[in-house]
Amino acid sequence: MANRPMLEIAALEKRFGANTILKQIDLKVAEGELVFVIGPSGSGKSTMLRCCNRLEEPTSGDIILDGRNIMGGTSSDLARMRLQVGMVFQGFHLYPHMSVLKNVTLAQRKALKRSKVEADARAMDMLERVGLAHKADAYPAELSGGQQQRVAIARALALDPKVMLFDEPTSALDPELVGSVLKVMKDLKAKGMTMLVVSHEMAFARETADRVVFMDGGVIVEEGTPDEIFGSPKADRTRAFLSRVSG
Amino acid sequence: MDRFLETFFNPVVMAKYAPDVIAGMGVTLVIAAAVIVAGIALGLGLACLRAYRRKIPNFFIICYADIFRALPPLVLILILYFGFPSIGIRLSGSMVLFIVLSLTLAAFAEEIFWAGFSSVEKGQWEAGIATGLGFTRTLVYVALPQAVRLAMPPLVNRVLAITKMTALGSAIGVVEILSASTTAQSFSGSATPLTLSVIAYLAIFMPMVVFARWLENRTAWKKR
Repeated sequence: MANRPMLEIAALEKRFGANTILKQIDLKVAEGELVFVIGPSGSGKSTMLRCCNRLEEPTSGDIILDGRNIMGGTSSDLARMRLQVGMVFQGFHLYPHMSVLKNVTLAQRKALKRSKVEADARAMDMLERVGLAHKADAYPAELSGGQQQRVAIARALALDPKVMLFDEPTSALDPELVGSVLKVMKDLKAKGMTMLVVSHEMAFARETADRVVFMDGGVIVEEGTPDEIFGSPKADRTRAFLSRVSG
Repeated sequence: MDRFLETFFNPVVMAKYAPDVIAGMGVTLVIAAAVIVAGIALGLGLACLRAYRRKIPNFFIICYADIFRALPPLVLILILYFGFPSIGIRLSGSMVLFIVLSLTLAAFAEEIFWAGFSSVEKGQWEAGIATGLGFTRTLVYVALPQAVRLAMPPLVNRVLAITKMTALGSAIGVVEILSASTTAQSFSGSATPLTLSVIAYLAIFMPMVVFARWLENRTAWKKR
């Protein structure tokens, strides 16, 4: 991975009152790279991810997206930056009062100011890509969890983001629905998307990730290729965690 | 039985005073409609403003909502109608009724819409903001439609309760239904005009009650 960094987290700190959630996090994600973050719950991995588009406001440190520091700047700079960072949530968060198509076109129309024709066409392309073009007129309540999550991915992709953030995208899904979402993510990776993924899908990480980062207690304990982390972890904490999850 | 019918359903009295009561219906309807539009619009506006969670505006919004929900509208009506002329502000009875009832409805509507905003999941806001919509557009396109839908049943009930209070206009000479009926009652010495007022109120409010019931039954929100 000699590519330039697309997303760079530098000396990131996050404190809630007296609690330090993240301590001096440094992480680079190169263009087209898939970085997988694992760690026990409470390790700060979701908070770190949410700092990347400032859904969570960092206490200090820098987030650099494609060479531009997104800390500071006006609120419209922030909104413009967020258009370039796609985010997929554990709970999908589709808009229940809108059809699938409207879910995917809303931000295209209102934030990117695309025309209806353009936004609809782009939305249908993205829905096609996640295998749900035939559900364009359905409402979220009529879809399975896996389908909702794929619509959520399409909603983020439709804005042509430079980076996609995944916050435990399959944790709320029934086991038989997980595969369909992972398949979409794998396809995204193959098409060159830069991705930062927080998840417990170890098999997927082993197969797809370029790099695996292990976090615990608000710090990055260890990082390396999937083979290094899963095959011969250096830190005791990593070994302990991996033996717990592989049970 | 004859005496009962004679008292409450005297056909001669009915025929004579029906036009007055019907005219009163017109007044009630116009004031009620104006109160509904102004009260809901103001209440919704305040609830949206409150969603920005700015300390100072929210302090005033909450004070306003609490005070107007606590005070009996009749007290305010009497103050505006009988007290304000002494400080040089002279308002017609209809205007006083409109202002007080609108402000009262707005106070309740603000709280109802606010409860609606509060029940919109945090993830909905995050989804909107993460897609670059910014706070205001997320408010308008994502949170508001969901909040309004949640607010509908309690709102319709409150609208009913407040618009019925147009009858308070009879205390300050607004010739709405009740006022027209009590005047007719004094002139005729018969209780029949009051029966007319009952019919008039039912004609206006029964459809609204039925509508409210229908709304309550259909708001079971389709969740995933």
